[in-house]
Amino acid sequence: MKVTADQNICASSGQCVALVPRVFDQRDEDGVVVVLDENPPEELAEALRQAERVCPSGAIKIVEE
Amino acid sequence: MTDATTIAATATPQYPMSRDGRCPFAPPPETMALAAERPLSRVRIWDGSTPWLITGYDAVRTLFSDPRVSVDDHQPGFPHWNEMMRASVDHRPKSVFTTDGAEHIRYRRILSPALTMKRVEALAPVAQRITDEHLDAILAGPQPADLIEGFALPIPSLVISELLGVPYEDHAFFQQHATMGVDRNATSDALAEGATELSKYLVRLLETRMAEPADDMVSDLGKRVKNGELSVREATQLGTGMLIAGHETTANMVGLGIVALLAEPDKIAERTAVFRGDDDAAIANAVEELLRYLSIIHTGQRRVALEDIEIGGATIRAGDGIIIDLAPANWDATVFPEPEVLDLARPARQHMAFGFGPHQCVGQQLARAEMVIAFRTLFRRIPTLKLAVDVDQIPFKNDRLAYGVYELPVTW
Repeated sequence: MKVTADQNICASSGQCVALVPRVFDQRDEDGVVVVLDENPPEELAEALRQAERVCPSGAIKIVEE
Repeated sequence: MTDATTIAATATPQYPMSRDGRCPFAPPPETMALAAERPLSRVRIWDGSTPWLITGYDAVRTLFSDPRVSVDDHQPGFPHWNEMMRASVDHRPKSVFTTDGAEHIRYRRILSPALTMKRVEALAPVAQRITDEHLDAILAGPQPADLIEGFALPIPSLVISELLGVPYEDHAFFQQHATMGVDRNATSDALAEGATELSKYLVRLLETRMAEPADDMVSDLGKRVKNGELSVREATQLGTGMLIAGHETTANMVGLGIVALLAEPDKIAERTAVFRGDDDAAIANAVEELLRYLSIIHTGQRRVALEDIEIGGATIRAGDGIIIDLAPANWDATVFPEPEVLDLARPARQHMAFGFGPHQCVGQQLARAEMVIAFRTLFRRIPTLKLAVDVDQIPFKNDRLAYGVYELPVTW
């Protein structure tokens, strides 16, 4: 699995951080998403797909490899 | 006047629609009837115009995310909430609520640092203390107690005041003016006066914090004014927006949520049990389901089409007004089976109660934290809580932009 996040369109909702704090964080200065682990373990797949679905800006993409 | 025009005018339903008093938690039956037929329909609003009403979950989600759908209330065809909002459009500076694209992102990222998960977690002990203090007072006072005046209304306003840096002694003034600002039928004069008073107050607070910065949002805004990033007017507008958006909405969700949980006496124990348990994920999900079930913003998110948009078998033309209705989307049975059932264990996080797309509620994590703390603390400390009157005796806020209850008398 590969996780990407488009910082240009991120709406700083914090949804991804709330759902998968091991993989996502927010920049202190503007709340924009930061990916902590671009290749997270498979056990997080379901939570990551949910994060992708509830991300309001469409910034988060999960690609199955 | 028996010609086709009259017939067409009669056939286009008036919006907003009325709820059925016997089902106070359900969206208006007429709205649900439209939603059952198609995901979007024409409705008539106060000024006689006929914008699109979007009711289907997928259409709502898609249009919230579509860059051809604008929040710019200066665009011709924009379906204003009321006459006063249209009349005052040129007097309101641009803000996070009325800009699109890069301009909107700039405003939004000025607000978002104060509302990140980290900052919300840091505010949680403050919210917990405020919640406990209010429950102490209620438990020490007479029964029945009103949970709106004593609990649901003061807590969010104190938390948002804390976040902004508004001193405690100014709290009553703030509550009064913020509440006036969201009255659906407020006169132009009353609204203008309330807004002016709030703006004046925030300008003074901004000046104070620019001279002596503290660790709060107004100080943050003050720094941006100093370095030329924001005008005083813009900073004030952002501060006012935070207050209004973060105050009565959360208060209504807490109040209405409590009514929903207590509405059926034989189900109270079962419905409130989750808040007494230790499963944080289950508590979080219960709050999501309450958000889905109640979606308190019940007069529609207002937008306008900048280009022609094909959706749900219809064409929204450039210049057409668009009203995105959250409640029917959250009661769309294709996404939430048996939507009329309050099921605190169902997966509900994909609800539209905070909107969607780039304008989705910027304060949603704070709202969630406040709700978790409010419900958990209330039902743990008062496990025998019940309504002091029947549900049909409770006054519901049918006349406000955000739905809720005016009074919530309880005993225990």
